[in-house]
Amino acid sequence: MKRIITATVQNRSGVLNRITGLMQKRQFNIDSISVGKTEVEQISRMTFVVEVEDMQKLEQLTKQLHKQIDVLKVADITDHAIVARELALVKVVCPPASRNELQSIIAPFRASAVDISKDSMIVQVTGDSDKIEAFLELVRPYGIKELTRTGVTAFLRGHQPQAADGNTYSLITN
Amino acid sequence: MKVKAQAVQERKPAAEVPKTGADLFVEALQAAGVDTIFGYPGGAVLPIYDALYRAEPRFQHILTRHEQGAIHAAEGYARVSGKPGVVIATSGPGATNLITGIADAMMDSLPLVVFTGQVGRSVIGTDAFQESDVMGITTPITKHNYQVQKQEDMPRIIKEAFYIATTGRPGPVVIDIPKDISGEVYQTAAAEEPIHLPGYQPTMKPNNNQIKKLIHAISTAKRPILLTGAGILHAKASEEVQAFAKRFQLPVASTLLGLGAFPASEPQFLGMAGMHGTYAANRGLYECDLLINVGARFDDRLTGNLEHFAPQATIAHIDIDPAEIGKIIPTSIPVVADAKAALKQLLTVEAELPDTESWRNHLQDYKEEYPLWYNNPAQDLIPQWVMKAVHKATEGNAIITTDVGQHQMWTAQYYGFDRPNRWVTSGGLGTMGFGFPAAIGAQLASPDSRVISVVGDGGFQMTMQELSVLQERKLPVKVLIVNNQSLGMVRQWQEFFYQERYSESLLDIQPDFVKLADSYDIKGVRLETQEQLVAELPSLLQSDEPVVIDCRVLRQENVFPMIAPGKGLHEMIGVSR
Repeated sequence: MKRIITATVQNRSGVLNRITGLMQKRQFNIDSISVGKTEVEQISRMTFVVEVEDMQKLEQLTKQLHKQIDVLKVADITDHAIVARELALVKVVCPPASRNELQSIIAPFRASAVDISKDSMIVQVTGDSDKIEAFLELVRPYGIKELTRTGVTAFLRGHQPQAADGNTYSLITN
Repeated sequence: MKVKAQAVQERKPAAEVPKTGADLFVEALQAAGVDTIFGYPGGAVLPIYDALYRAEPRFQHILTRHEQGAIHAAEGYARVSGKPGVVIATSGPGATNLITGIADAMMDSLPLVVFTGQVGRSVIGTDAFQESDVMGITTPITKHNYQVQKQEDMPRIIKEAFYIATTGRPGPVVIDIPKDISGEVYQTAAAEEPIHLPGYQPTMKPNNNQIKKLIHAISTAKRPILLTGAGILHAKASEEVQAFAKRFQLPVASTLLGLGAFPASEPQFLGMAGMHGTYAANRGLYECDLLINVGARFDDRLTGNLEHFAPQATIAHIDIDPAEIGKIIPTSIPVVADAKAALKQLLTVEAELPDTESWRNHLQDYKEEYPLWYNNPAQDLIPQWVMKAVHKATEGNAIITTDVGQHQMWTAQYYGFDRPNRWVTSGGLGTMGFGFPAAIGAQLASPDSRVISVVGDGGFQMTMQELSVLQERKLPVKVLIVNNQSLGMVRQWQEFFYQERYSESLLDIQPDFVKLADSYDIKGVRLETQEQLVAELPSLLQSDEPVVIDCRVLRQENVFPMIAPGKGLHEMIGVSR
C-alpha cells in the first residue's frame, strides 16, 4: 500500500543520505521524495511516498526514521485530511497546427504552457498525483518527448475532521 | 631475533607551538574524560598525533598493529568498562580498516567514538591521495556520524558524539576530521555550547499504563518466562533483573549477549536459548504463555523459525529503542524504557504473584533430563572439556572474550557466567578476529581481572598481529586457541547440510603458535591431552604474564544441541546422546 510520510529534519549535511540509506538498508520502496526548506531556519521538511506491505512494516519505517538523530518529527499523514501536491513538467510534441488543440486540454486542468518551440510545448501541471496521471493520459497520444515530476509534497489541512465526522479521507488510496 | 620490549618512549620537550585545531580536539577529549585511546597514525591525522604527543596529561594511547585491532580493542574496552571506546585512524585505508569494527559495535550496541582523518577540505571529492568517503561508507553502520566543517564546531561535535554514543541505546559515532581543520592554527574561540539535540531524546522512564498491563499479565500468567538480553548489561540492571525474577518466581532464559546478566548458577536459570541453546531454555520459550523480553532484540539465531516462536505467548518487550519493539515479533505489551528504570518500577508496584510452581518444576525436569552433553574420548582433548577446565581454574570470575563460531558456542554453553560484563563476544555481526584484540581492551579496562581470549585457530589468524601489544604493554592476557585445525562451524554446517563437502574449511597449514608466541617473546604452550590440560592449565591461567595456549582439540567435534536453519525452537537436534 502507498503511504505518505512527512519528516521534519535538521538541515545538516548527510541527513538525506542517512534517510535514503536506511530505507534502502531496510528494503523500503520509495516512490518519491521531495525535500525543501521550511518556515524555520535550519529545518527542512521531507515528504516520502512509500510502498509498504503492511502496517507492521510501516510502523517499523516510521520508528527507524524517528531514530535518526537529525530527524525531529515523523508522521504518516495518509489517513488524515491533507493537501498533497506535485508538479510535473511535460514536453509534448506539438507542431503549430496542434497548439490550439493542446491548449484546450491544458485549460480544464489549470495547467499552463511555459515554453513553446517550433515543434514542442512544455506544459506545467500541478495537483495531486491522480490529476497529473489523468493529464498525462490525455497528452500521451500527442507524444511525450520528456517528462519530469517533483514527487509529492504534502501538508495536513488546517481542520482535521474528528472520528465522528465520518471517514478520514486521503488522496492516495490503497 | 627476538623483539625486545621497550619502555614507553621518552618525549622530546615540546617547543612553543601555536595552538591548532588538533589541540581543540585534545581539549575536547580531556573534557569528555577520556584517558585511553586505541589508534594508528597516518598522514591525515599527523596534526592530531602531534597534539597527542604534546598533550598534558598524556593519554594512554594503544598502538595496535592494524586499525581493525584498534577498534575491536575499543569494543572490548567499552563492553567491560561501560565507558566509550575511543579510536583514531587516518583517512582512506585507515578508515576503511575500521569498518568491520564499527559495524560490529552497531549490531551489539557498544558505545564508541571513532575519529577518522580526512583529506583537506580543498581536495575532498577529488579522489585525493588516501581519500575515502567516510561519511558515505559509515552512515548505515553508525548511530550517528559527523564531518567537521569548521574548526570552531569541533568541541560541540565531540561533546555531542560522546553524549550520543553513551546514552539511549549505545552505539558507534564517527567523526571525520579533515586535515586542514586539525592542522591549521586555531583562530576564533569556540563558545561553550550546551548539548542541543532536539531530535534525540531517549525515553528512560516507562509508561505507567504499560507497567500496569505487564504486572497484570504476570499475575495472571500460568507459564511466564523471562528472557534476559544485553540491554540489561548496558543499563547496569543486573541486580534489578535478579530481584525481579525472584519476586515473581520466573524461570530465566538468556540471549548469547545477555549472559552474565542473570547468574548461570541460579536454579531459576535455564541457560542460553537459541540455535545452540539448552533444551530447557528453548522449550521454555516455546511453551510459555507470557514472554517478558528485557533488552533483547529477537535475533534470528535466538528465535529460529518465527512461526514456531513462543506460539501461545503474550509478548512483553522492554527496550530503550522503540524501533526494536514489534520489529520481529508482534508485541502486545511494549515498554519503551531503560531496563533499570522499568525493572525498578516492576519491583515496587504492588502485584499478585503468579503460581508458577508446576511450570517451574516442568522446566526443571527438562533441565535435568536434557542437560548439555558430549562424548568423553579416552585421551583426546575435547573443547567442552577445555571450557569446563577454564571455568574451574578461574572459578567463573574471568573476563572471557571470543570470536564467532564453535568455540564461541562452547564458551557460552560451558563457562557459566555468574557476573555481568565478563563476557565479551561478537554476537550480531559474528566477527572472526574480534576476540583477541577485544581482550586487550578488556584487560586495559579492568587491569586486575583475569582476561582470557578464547579464540579459534581461524579467527586468531585474522588479528594475531596484536601479540605485539601484549608484549609492549605487559598485558597478562591469556590467549586460548581452541585449535581444531578447521573453521569449525563452517565445517559443521558442511557436514550436516552439504553432505560432508568440506569446501575450504580445513586449515591443514598453520603456523606453529608456540613459536609464533616465542617470536614475540611471549610464552607459548601446546596442550594435547587431557592429562596435560589438568596439570598445566590452572597455573598457565594464573600466571601474571601473557601466555598463548594452543589447545589441540578433536577436529570433528560438533556443537550440540542445535536448531537447524529454518526450524523452530521445538525442533532441536542432538538433544541427547
